[in-house]
Amino acid sequence: MAVLVHVHHDDGEFSANSLGVLAKAASLGGDVTAFVAGSDIDAAWAAALGGHGATRVLVADDPALSGGLSQPIVDAIEPHAREADAILFGAGVVSADVAAGLAARLGAGIACETTEFSSGDDGIVAIRPALGDTVMVESGFAAAPGVVLARANAFAPREEPSGSAPVERVEVSVSDWARSAVLSGREAAETGGVDITEADILVTVGRGLGGPENVHLVEALAKALGGEVAATRAVVDAGWVPYSMQVGQTGKTVSPKLYIACGVSGAIQHKVGMANAGTIIAINKDQNAPIFEFADVGVVGDALAILPKLTELVAARRG
Amino acid sequence: MNIAVCVKEVPSAASHRRLDPATGRLDRSGDSEPNPFDVHALEEAIRIREGGADVAEIVAVCMGPESAGRILTKALALGADRAVLVTDPALAGSDIAGTAYVLAAVLGKQDADLVVLGQQAADGDCYVMAAAVADHMRRPLVTQVAELKVEGQKLKAKRQAEHGYDLIEAPLPAVISVSDAINTPRLPSIKAIMGAKKKPLETLSAADLELDLARVGGDGARSVVRSVSPPPAKAGGVHIEDAGGDSAEKVVAILSEKGLI
Repeated sequence: MAVLVHVHHDDGEFSANSLGVLAKAASLGGDVTAFVAGSDIDAAWAAALGGHGATRVLVADDPALSGGLSQPIVDAIEPHAREADAILFGAGVVSADVAAGLAARLGAGIACETTEFSSGDDGIVAIRPALGDTVMVESGFAAAPGVVLARANAFAPREEPSGSAPVERVEVSVSDWARSAVLSGREAAETGGVDITEADILVTVGRGLGGPENVHLVEALAKALGGEVAATRAVVDAGWVPYSMQVGQTGKTVSPKLYIACGVSGAIQHKVGMANAGTIIAINKDQNAPIFEFADVGVVGDALAILPKLTELVAARRG
Repeated sequence: MNIAVCVKEVPSAASHRRLDPATGRLDRSGDSEPNPFDVHALEEAIRIREGGADVAEIVAVCMGPESAGRILTKALALGADRAVLVTDPALAGSDIAGTAYVLAAVLGKQDADLVVLGQQAADGDCYVMAAAVADHMRRPLVTQVAELKVEGQKLKAKRQAEHGYDLIEAPLPAVISVSDAINTPRLPSIKAIMGAKKKPLETLSAADLELDLARVGGDGARSVVRSVSPPPAKAGGVHIEDAGGDSAEKVVAILSEKGLI
């Protein structure tokens, strides 16, 4: 099976989600071609994708690809996608848009939110959780190629990449309509650029915390743990914290090693957003809160009373 | 200018959602509602008009079973001027690729300068339709729009991205998808609900749109569900009662044991 893996990059860094998919694809064997689009791409930088599992790297290098928007990339990847059995994408705003545009262009099937995939006799098979992660759906493709889009943080990159792969520069032709949208600037998120999807430790504010005046208790624990603060949708809607801190919004599937939910009931959207977390600790007064069904450690008690003590103990231990 | 808004019928948030084990398709027999993200899309169209732009028409477009007409009546009550339902037994079971093809076909007949979608569907949790529709229509795309300005024949959008926000400009006609952060949808007035029944609701079949039937429906789907199974069980968790006020110590002991602090 020959697969093409689109590798998104931003500010000179490959996307961890793309590298994770690349590593997973490599583990299945076969030809794994990485595709990188951009402008002024350094060949040695692209060749390093060999260390992440690529057997060869296609580089589409053109000023039309410099803006970081999806539509020129669809034009660039299309001829190579037509030769592949499957085209794989890591999660991300641009990657998802490229995957969807490409699927439309090819008339191909697309599997979204993929958390596992394998190569079968009749092509690639993708598995995704659906309906609030209450069922697992396994999908195949009636015709090749198939487009597979992974869920955020579903696949981990290689921990110690080494080696390189041959790099081939490809011709790029971008149509006028596909380059008509332009990136005119960027703005940091309200939280000062903290990306909760990348955090190893998250402490989450739920409605059960009572009010915005108590958010500082969660902030203190997050600081003591060296983690970040996140929030549920109800708390964001109530205006306690900015939207960028919301777990469960599009693309904000978090996968910290430690997740401490304070006064979080565990509504389904939130459960989906945090399903990939390592250890989940829930503190809630309501012993019937749904979150206790999927927490590793459930503490039935008042978060307002427990948090200061927990913060003090953690701070003491971490020195 | 004219604005077209795509509205999907999804099972209501309160209903029990299930997949039909025989077909792998969503069971759509229960209560339904307009996809909440699409309500933000419609609200944004109305705000563009209220903001002073010369919006001649807002049309709500839906592909779905006949029952989805109810959803379009709600869209008309919320402020759409007319509605178009694409419904045909031949379309049942269409996958994402097929649905995007059909939506692009019907949208192409609406003379819309701006096509607005919600960024994802609440039932499928996919966020790919806008990009697929834009590619079919050969129009510029901006997804996950959190702020929008339409100035003459151009739009300026603030798009949510991993690092924060992208500021993107695109000429009209264009296709966008909106985030639920973009606005707070209004509730329709009783008068608007009554008036909705008098607004035009057109129904189109696959033949009306001259669709290639090989690309739609369950038989035309390129993505095929092979099986549906329960998720792997999670091992039972540790339960701590804070009765003695010593739960913080117990939590710290567990964190320490797991090497997390």
